[in-house]
Amino acid sequence: MNPGPLLFLATFFTLAMSWFGFVLAPQLQLGNQQRVESKTTGDLYPQMRPGMARQGEQVYRANGCNACHTQQVRPKGYGGDYARGWGARDAMVQSVNEDYLYDHPAMLGTQRVGPDLANIGLRQTNATMLLVHLYNPQFVMPKSVMPPYRYLFEKHKLEVGKQPSAEALPLDAAGTPGYEVVPTDAARQLAAYLLSLHSDQLLFETPPLKTNAPSVKPAQPAATTNAPGTNTPAK
Amino acid sequence: MNALIYGFAMQAGLGVLLWMLAHLGRTRLQAGPPIIMGAILWNMGVSVGILGILAGDSTGYQWLEMPRYGSMQIFVGYLLIGVGAMLTLHNRRERRFSSTQLFALAALFWFAWIYATAQMLLVAHPVRGALQFELNTWYVNNLKNVWFAFIGLGAAFYFIPKFVQRPLYSHYTSTFIFWTLTLFGSWAAVPPASPLPAWMPTISGMGAFLTLVPVLAAASNVRWTMRGKFSAMKECRELKFFWFGALAYILAGIAGAVMLLSGVSRTLNFTWFIPAQTELFLYGFVAITLFGAIYHIVPRLLGIGFPKPGMICLNFLLSAIGVLIYVLPLAVGGIKQGHGLNDASKPFAEVMLSMLMFLRVSTMGDLLMALGNVLLLVNLLSILSRAGKTSASAAWAANTKDLEARA
Repeated sequence: MNPGPLLFLATFFTLAMSWFGFVLAPQLQLGNQQRVESKTTGDLYPQMRPGMARQGEQVYRANGCNACHTQQVRPKGYGGDYARGWGARDAMVQSVNEDYLYDHPAMLGTQRVGPDLANIGLRQTNATMLLVHLYNPQFVMPKSVMPPYRYLFEKHKLEVGKQPSAEALPLDAAGTPGYEVVPTDAARQLAAYLLSLHSDQLLFETPPLKTNAPSVKPAQPAATTNAPGTNTPAK
Repeated sequence: MNALIYGFAMQAGLGVLLWMLAHLGRTRLQAGPPIIMGAILWNMGVSVGILGILAGDSTGYQWLEMPRYGSMQIFVGYLLIGVGAMLTLHNRRERRFSSTQLFALAALFWFAWIYATAQMLLVAHPVRGALQFELNTWYVNNLKNVWFAFIGLGAAFYFIPKFVQRPLYSHYTSTFIFWTLTLFGSWAAVPPASPLPAWMPTISGMGAFLTLVPVLAAASNVRWTMRGKFSAMKECRELKFFWFGALAYILAGIAGAVMLLSGVSRTLNFTWFIPAQTELFLYGFVAITLFGAIYHIVPRLLGIGFPKPGMICLNFLLSAIGVLIYVLPLAVGGIKQGHGLNDASKPFAEVMLSMLMFLRVSTMGDLLMALGNVLLLVNLLSILSRAGKTSASAAWAANTKDLEARA
């Protein structure tokens, strides 16, 4: 008997199991997920990013930021993610599928050489500070191992007696007298993208914690989570 | 990473696969011109793709970073090579079907499937949300733990018995390895606590852990095939590569099975431990095994020996020591990093700074591996010039590939 066809079929079905299980089934379960109502604000979540931020997403991708930064926060108590202040939901579960609905590509990342950025837009709300960080990370974080992204900026020589333009970075302390550093469009888009990164809305998948214990994180951005109406997940 | 995977490991793997198919089937390589065409297309795709990544056109998906104008050529090139391989298999004159042919057949088939799926559902018509991440993980896992394992194990089960001049200890064990690896290894490697429904990381972790079964079975099969013949390694240089590759496979397999367990992943996920395991698998196991195969095949193709056989030994030493110096500090550093990151009282930047020493040491390993690679190139060029070939200026990977294809 020629075992060839039988072998082929058996191999085919074994490998097809993996395909059905991890390509088709997730697609059936979540492929058509739509926006949901936020338990915090009642708005639809997630909102589409503004245009600048969408362009910035492509700058983030092109520069490979996701090689060193993740955008996924593991549940509270699992690892140090929440304790480090990376999570913004007062719930057990932190990152969920909805957070990435409008991302293309969705850059969840696999390695943390830098901190998680899922909520960077809540931790740093000042675009100028983000731009300074991109231009010279050590200026903001003296011990940072992040490389500078100087090519996203233009350095002009200032004429004598002329003030730097309004867009120039406030870098006086860094010692560049006679020069101004102006962010390019790409840098501004990237900063807009980073500002747009936040996943703090409470959803059905992230029921708020039921404890009345004092919050471990006083700097919680969403302060409404202890309101009586939000303590039980809606059906 | 893309250069290592598509530029070297997959190409060398396909070349070795063609050689094994032709030899096991006691036939000549079929469809030579399409295969050479495919190899040229493949190399063009890889070159263009890597330039594209450098120019900022990366797709943003792990191991699929090459933009479409590169990946399309790779896929068509692969299909051409695959057709040649299937024809060669079809025209075999030896009817007995060995386990290596089983590995080769499944590998040929599976890469086309996973690559097409990943390209279609991530780059061409992207799925929504975190599913992109899940699909990407599925692709990476299948390329690494299934495709490369098929190629590496197929080569090991073909060449090791040849070198120790004794049949494979158990044909049934290698068939068993094939089925368990296909069944368990092909589940995605979604790490615990990913932003996905809990069943995905759970099943992934189970699959990864059960992959211990084929890993340990492979260990026993190699061990018993080589028993009492370890001294053969002194005479036969290529055998060393295979022996080291098998060891690396076992180590990387155990690490890979354990690191998806919830308690372990809590510490090790997102740390340097993960790239360390990947490097041990891709370089320690796949690349070094294929080095051994190349050193065996090329002289037989050209009909002459290497001018300086001592250099093969040196290449082995550099690559083997290099990969160890690369992987060990990274793995230890990764464990330290994981504990540091989970202790929120330690500032993030300080945890990262404490990694620098590990990274510096591991870069030394990188350097040794690079030297080993240069030596492979030098060896191949010297045997080529000895054979009177003038194609020395072509890329070395392309050289090995084309030569193997002409067998």
